[in-house]
Amino acid sequence: MKKSKLYISLSLVAITGLLLVAADHIDSPGVSNTGNDITDVYAFQGADTNNLVFVVNSQGLLTPGTTGAATFKENVLTEINIDNNGDNVEDLVIQAIRRGNKMHFFGPVAPGTPGTSSTIKTSNAAGSVEISQYGSPAITSTSGGMKFFAGPRDDPFFFDLGQYQAILGGTASGFNNPGTDTFAGTNVLSTVIEVPKSLLGTSSSINVWAETKEKQ
Amino acid sequence: MKINAIKFLTLSILAATSFVSCNNDDTVVAEEQTDFSGTYVQKDQMARPAINTVFIASGAPKDAFNTTTPSAMGANYQGTFQSRLLALNPGYTTNALGQTAAQFTGLLATDVLGVSKTGTTTFFDGTNVLTGRALADDVIDVELLLIFGGPTGGSNPNLTSDHVNANDKPFLTSFPYLAAAW
Repeated sequence: MKKSKLYISLSLVAITGLLLVAADHIDSPGVSNTGNDITDVYAFQGADTNNLVFVVNSQGLLTPGTTGAATFKENVLTEINIDNNGDNVEDLVIQAIRRGNKMHFFGPVAPGTPGTSSTIKTSNAAGSVEISQYGSPAITSTSGGMKFFAGPRDDPFFFDLGQYQAILGGTASGFNNPGTDTFAGTNVLSTVIEVPKSLLGTSSSINVWAETKEKQ
Repeated sequence: MKINAIKFLTLSILAATSFVSCNNDDTVVAEEQTDFSGTYVQKDQMARPAINTVFIASGAPKDAFNTTTPSAMGANYQGTFQSRLLALNPGYTTNALGQTAAQFTGLLATDVLGVSKTGTTTFFDGTNVLTGRALADDVIDVELLLIFGGPTGGSNPNLTSDHVNANDKPFLTSFPYLAAAW
């Protein structure tokens, strides 16, 4: 009974294109299906506590059947923005962009001009890594104390999105216990960068956000 | 500057062409041809999980939010966020952090993720608040609790957890940390 209700609600959601409330998993018309859509951003201390790890995921809700064909776009620049003086303006950026079968990384470096328009900081190349293929082991690389990965991974996000939509839609009054992880069994395209904290300025904390920017 | 870039590109192409004609080393050719020129303009941005999807209407408003620099978000979006919060929870007074609707949405509207460089990095672990976002953090429960849970966290108990408390695959203890794809 409950299950069929959830399925009905989920298919309605899919049909009407209202699959919105993930951690940003399906975004607005301006970024959907362009390779620009960021699903999640993570920032945490590495296994080596001298380092921070940044994860930017994109192209959410890939099934095992669609993951192999999903690719990073060469016209989409992923940029991790770092504010280290508390004014919410980026003081440093780390950039990632695909060329051929590799993801290339630049920074951390001052952006020049902060804001919504960027050029690639080619004088500050940090390294590159071969993009991992679906079904093959993860390929990583290390350069200058930084580590790099790019390729498909399990989506680390978990949420009973279906029930949340049912609540918003007025067909349920609360969550189920246990809930159903809408993102179980789905993949994303991940870019993972581990950086020595010493490269991120001297502040005790930073503000972080990720951007995708498209070549004009 | 531009002319220099064009010259460089031309040289690279010439160099690449001559390499092709006399040797088969593909990697050398690829390196020579790698072109990172041009201007890249913002399409999407994100920091805290689910924030803009919960608080910003889909369509044109979301495209606008996605290209607003964080330093301008507070002034432009706090009011929108507060209206949305009170629509989701008309009974909102304060949350478990003691924040009024204006204070809570003032924090949320500037969508950046605070990250500690000196200690535990977590969205919320019972002690530390907004010092990062780790893979295993149950961020949705934190947000539901702050939106619906009232000053004690005990209000609306059927809305303060989705009862999905962990990922469907274990994470790795070393780089790249995320689990292999399904």
